Amino acid sequence: MIRVTRKLEFSAAHFYHNPNFSAEENRRIFGKCNNPHGHGHNYVLEVTVAGEPDPATGMVLDLKELKDILQREVADRMDHRHLNYEVPELAGKIPTCENIAAVIWRLLEPKITKGRLDRVRVYESADLFADCTAEPNGAGGRG
Amino acid sequence: MIGGLKVSLTRRYHLAASHRLYSPAFSAEENKRLYGKCGNPYGHGHNYIVEVTITGPVDEETGMVANLGALDPFVERAVIEPFDHRYLNEEIAEFRESVPTTENICREVYRRLKDFPAAGLEKVRIEETSNNSFEFAGEQESARDAAR
Repeated sequence: MIRVTRKLEFSAAHFYHNPNFSAEENRRIFGKCNNPHGHGHNYVLEVTVAGEPDPATGMVLDLKELKDILQREVADRMDHRHLNYEVPELAGKIPTCENIAAVIWRLLEPKITKGRLDRVRVYESADLFADCTAEPNGAGGRG
Repeated sequence: MIGGLKVSLTRRYHLAASHRLYSPAFSAEENKRLYGKCGNPYGHGHNYIVEVTITGPVDEETGMVANLGALDPFVERAVIEPFDHRYLNEEIAEFRESVPTTENICREVYRRLKDFPAAGLEKVRIEETSNNSFEFAGEQESARDAAR
């Protein structure tokens, strides 16, 4: 099996706020991430697809195709957007890198038709990232 | 975990420390052969990057595996504060007994972090330099690997 990884950078705004919490709780739990006007990051997305290379092409999948999928599914939705207000898939969720990674997994998984989605990694900064993978024996992947 | 998906969070911490690779169990020649310039008697240092990966259910109320407000001070107290700007051979008790290779530093950092209360520790990965990195995911993984 070979793993192929494609990277995409996108910039977006967000803030953390849970309406079930009081103003004080929001402040205590989320700290400066709770600032109501939001703030932004240069996110780096790494998408890994696993599979056997096609003997005829030598490719697990065409990276151009993957690049187009990432553009359509992720960049067109999230780049230069406010994640709290402009991305319906994140509505009602706190836009942490954990949740962003899981949402991106769900957007991409059905679109990957050659190989299978192995890992979605979302860097919020160089020193913080979340990984989303299929739960072993779970329903997240197609096995 | 979110509905069939496993989610982990990785945080990278930076620390600078010195060490010397030398074992009294070996002769001077053997030490020289094994450790080369890493055994120079006054030690040397690195800018280590310690990557800590935690995993567990994503709290629906916070969207988080664990709050960095809990993880950062835990790692700071357990690892950064005792290791940063120290000579590991002398100032970390465990390395009076074992050689502070990055393999052993990984195990020691893992041991210090494994009881993080808010989420499970998945692994510790340490970059000694941008060219060398080491990972430890606990003895359970080592045991599974041995059983293969």
